Amino acid sequence: MAETWRRWRGTQELRLMTVLLAIGAVLWVATPGFASAQNLMDMLTSSAFTAILAIGLLVVLVAGGVDISFAATASITQYVALSLANQGHLGWMGLLLVAVVLGALLGLVNALLVTTLGLSSIIVTIATQSLYYGLLMAATNGQDIFALPAWFNDGLHWVFHVDAHGGEQALNLQIVVLALICGFTGWLLTRTSIGRQIFAMGGNPEAARRVGFPVFRLNLLVYGFMGAVAGLASLVHAQLVQSVSPSALVGRELDVLAAVVLGGASLNGGVGSVAGTLLGVALLAVLQNGLTLLGVSSYWSQLCTGGVILAAIVMMAHQGRRPMVRSEAAAV
Amino acid sequence: MAAAEAMRLSPAIAGAGGGVAASADASPWFDLHAISKRYGGVQALSGVDIALRSGEVHCLCGQNGSGKSTLIKIMAGVEQPDTGGRIVIDGKVYPHLTPTASMRMGVQVIYQDLSLFPNLTVAENIAIGQHLGRWHTVDRAAMLRTATAAMRSIGVALDPQVLVSTLSIAQRQLVAICRAMASDARLLVMDEPTASLTRHEVDGLLALTRQLTDRGVAIMFVSHRLDEVMEVAERVTVLRDGVSQGCFEATEMTDQRLTTLMTGQAFHYTPRRLDHSAAPVVLEARGLSRAGEYEDIDLRVRAGEILGLTGLLGTGRTELALSLFGMTQPDGGELRVDGQAVALRSNRDAIRHGIAYLAEDRLSHGLIVAQSIGSNIIVSVLDELLNAFGLVAEGSRQAAVRRGVDDLRIKTDNPDNAVSTLSGGNQQRVVLAKWLATRPRVLILDSPTVGVDVAAKDGIYEIIRTLAAKGLAVIMISDEISEVLFHSDRILVMARGRISHSFDASRVSADELQEAVHG
Amino acid sequence: MSAAPERLLTGLKRGLGPVNLRLLSLLLALSVLFAGIAGPQMFSAASLRSMAFQLPELGLLSLAMMVPLLSGGLDLSIIATANLSSLTMAWVLTHGLPAEPGLMWALWQLGAVLAGILVAACVGLLNGYLIAHLRVSPILATLGTMTLVKGITVGLTHGGVLSGFPAPVLFLGHGTVAGVPVALLLFAIVAIPVGVVLSRSPFGLTVAMVGSNEVATRYSGIDTPWVLMRVYVLSACLAAIAGLVMMARFDSANAAYGESYLLVTILAAVLGGVNPTGGFGRVSGLVIALVILQLISTAASMLDLSQFLTLSIWGATLIGVAGTTALRAWWIRRRLMSPSTLAADGLKTAGVAVAPAATNDQGG
Repeated sequence: MAETWRRWRGTQELRLMTVLLAIGAVLWVATPGFASAQNLMDMLTSSAFTAILAIGLLVVLVAGGVDISFAATASITQYVALSLANQGHLGWMGLLLVAVVLGALLGLVNALLVTTLGLSSIIVTIATQSLYYGLLMAATNGQDIFALPAWFNDGLHWVFHVDAHGGEQALNLQIVVLALICGFTGWLLTRTSIGRQIFAMGGNPEAARRVGFPVFRLNLLVYGFMGAVAGLASLVHAQLVQSVSPSALVGRELDVLAAVVLGGASLNGGVGSVAGTLLGVALLAVLQNGLTLLGVSSYWSQLCTGGVILAAIVMMAHQGRRPMVRSEAAAV
Repeated sequence: MAAAEAMRLSPAIAGAGGGVAASADASPWFDLHAISKRYGGVQALSGVDIALRSGEVHCLCGQNGSGKSTLIKIMAGVEQPDTGGRIVIDGKVYPHLTPTASMRMGVQVIYQDLSLFPNLTVAENIAIGQHLGRWHTVDRAAMLRTATAAMRSIGVALDPQVLVSTLSIAQRQLVAICRAMASDARLLVMDEPTASLTRHEVDGLLALTRQLTDRGVAIMFVSHRLDEVMEVAERVTVLRDGVSQGCFEATEMTDQRLTTLMTGQAFHYTPRRLDHSAAPVVLEARGLSRAGEYEDIDLRVRAGEILGLTGLLGTGRTELALSLFGMTQPDGGELRVDGQAVALRSNRDAIRHGIAYLAEDRLSHGLIVAQSIGSNIIVSVLDELLNAFGLVAEGSRQAAVRRGVDDLRIKTDNPDNAVSTLSGGNQQRVVLAKWLATRPRVLILDSPTVGVDVAAKDGIYEIIRTLAAKGLAVIMISDEISEVLFHSDRILVMARGRISHSFDASRVSADELQEAVHG
Repeated sequence: MSAAPERLLTGLKRGLGPVNLRLLSLLLALSVLFAGIAGPQMFSAASLRSMAFQLPELGLLSLAMMVPLLSGGLDLSIIATANLSSLTMAWVLTHGLPAEPGLMWALWQLGAVLAGILVAACVGLLNGYLIAHLRVSPILATLGTMTLVKGITVGLTHGGVLSGFPAPVLFLGHGTVAGVPVALLLFAIVAIPVGVVLSRSPFGLTVAMVGSNEVATRYSGIDTPWVLMRVYVLSACLAAIAGLVMMARFDSANAAYGESYLLVTILAAVLGGVNPTGGFGRVSGLVIALVILQLISTAASMLDLSQFLTLSIWGATLIGVAGTTALRAWWIRRRLMSPSTLAADGLKTAGVAVAPAATNDQGG
């Protein structure tokens, strides 16, 4: 117990949790609707898409890279998978398979380019984002798909709680997928040798090579994983909004990045956690939700988000000023 | 890697012919015969023989470009020797040694950068080998066991749960050694291990070395720092230009002989005997103090004088230099330039007063390695090269660069080349050129010949002497007793942040100086 | 006899530099290709004029991105700042502008522009403070300011549009002088001094030094926080001018214009030879890269291809150029094969511009 406390004390995750609880407490008092089960479930559902993407991006950041192309990847997988489903070729399994595999392939392209071109990953993924998005929009002419298969639109509805009034609380597709991804990624990063190799590679890529870690294969895995996750997230989003719009997702990349970084992941690599990422997404979602419930015009919500991000950045900058331990310490 | 494996060192002694005193064992555990390696047009190694015995400390000495790193790579299986060479490990010939085979046989190389993962814990770094191999779940408890066992086996006490990023360099080195031991090392190759350690830490390292050799581990130090390594080294192999100059007993070796073998030249120095008492005092510190770094410093440098400042690592020499250069501000005391009291709020103030500082870490603080030689030379004096429009005039720029290159005799065919293309000695000349362009009155040199080959060092000493002769006041901070002894006029010794001794260089002996520094 | 032109050629080659030469050859190759595919009307007066009208927006924004890139950072807030500036200018222009042309009328418009630049400079100061004094990573800091600024503009305008500008502004957006679009002239008037400043002034030279190694530059006596401050203020001001041009071209100002340009500016800069980790890059290279991108865009529209396809081709071009550079470096490395620490530097000795290495990212 003491060990767990020691591990979490002074970390970004704890700070976020504190801030989140504080804001939550304020909102609970200030607005009637905030703490209701329905509101919380709705918040969870609507932020699931961002959270899933954020977790995929987390893995890339931990590995020492960055990926800006995931929104474009998601747009493509969404369109292709659901078009095929509409033509009656696919059921749930097929849909998931197509989205995940296609996403992974697009991600593998990123991995190959990053390792062979000698360009930093942010530049490579900017290029692939342009490539993917441009191709998609040119091929589809920006046409939305409004009619999706009924079985898809119904999604999931696993009731887990019925209250006194007969109102149901049910798990939907968004929450289920989010839970699965969180669980899997958390396990991957902390409990598997591959996850630890990813952390090592992010912390010191040269040393990782020397120790014998398969750096190239790890990169393939990391970017491929991001792509696959983007594929899943794209389906989650489409099911939520009950339509496919090729241009809807691109442009949100930096919001996802902001959430991940807020959650404590380092842009230099080697640092980050699933819990932190979720907290980062949660903070922004709760803020958004709170502002809406408080009646603040949605036009001002971005300003608040921006303010919070900046405040967090400044706070993190002050925290980061820990004195370096050098061998030139007084002891002789 | 279970904890038991870390204990498997004992059979190594038994297998190597029995007995406890492993260094008495005659047959070499790691034997390289007639190793040659050619890269493109360069012959990196020619016919090198080297034999390492279990439980022996062997030192490999050589300048940059002598082939040391190539040899290490071949030993680690990262490179293959050209045909004709033979690698024998524990009696078995390895015609094609791979990194995996090399590691499996127990060859562990600790590079100068230590190759640790700062974002992982001590335990995870030590037991990092556990993550290799086919995909599997990690066993935290087992890693902890391996790590504590490895640490215990060599008497290291570190908290296994802390991140390596919080450790000092000496502590990180211990982690690196533990990692090698956890992988069941039979041969430990350490590249410049004592470079950033304080005396105390070096003692700790050398004691650890003895422990390892007692258990039959062979150790190879790659080092220039002979005075420290000499305490434990038994044999020394010297490389020059890819050719082995021979293998010598440590007892037969002296600094002088080593230098001659490494460079093929002999450098003889005698102490300076110059009287500067009539010259004006350029820089003076009175009672200078800064909490936690140095205290009550009184020093005086005159024009044309070279003041040597030495002392063990960690005694506050660099901290003092940084305050003299304005990068930090002292809490108390006074600084005077040409008799006038000054308060340096930044290094820009210092430069304006004619104080220049050559940083200890040449590659990170002294030079902008990716940029051109010319850019590096003029970076501090850009404001003096402007034309009427406030832009850098090409003619002035080229003249300034040319002046720097010529005056310092920097060996390059094109000053637009990046500094990274130069050797260590030449890079140091670029740094000197940069500072000389600022027309300094005082030049503070912090470990100016570290990482510079012996032959190039001589060139730098000559430059320093010439500058002093021209009236510059020089403060030279150095770890090497002989460097300070032969190239300064006066010597100050620092200990625990204070000045403990003051000597006239021409009247003190090397032993006395050594005593004062280490005493 | 042939010595003089040969010397001229060598001088020209050295003056341009290897990066620009490669870009020019690419430009030439593409021109030939497109002329062949789309026909010679690609280079008709009308077509060139159209290209000339479209280039300044992206050009000014790319300049705004280039300066921080040179310093080893990044400015993600340039589009938001551009919009904030244009909205400020638009607001001043639509509130209180004298009806009749005259001195006050002219001054008012000048004042509007200055107001826009001033507002942008404030954003730049904020960025500079975060990055230079709080030592926040540029991506993070500018991500934060981008969100904040966008929040301000959306909050104030509710997503609406401001329009109704006087003639000089419209002239800036649509007019020509001797056949050359005014906006392009403005771009030239801005780009040339910026180029000169970056390559010849003490400020510009120290920006590159800071980009390569901030600590060593500081040790050398340069006030690096001040340099970085100026970098981000300059970037913001350039964004303000871009905002002015956008406003003039669209006859309106909005909080969300040009957002899709953000990543393209980085693409253009890197294509133009700017090292994404800092220290190297020239405005001339950027300009050639912009021309290449514009050429591709025009060719695509001439061939009736979707403008989105243009975006793809731009991405593919960057990948292609980086690919050939990497290929070249690999080929030379194989041939030199030096064992000592000069291994990577052997390339530099050979005068080859090595593809910018992966930085704090793993490169695999």
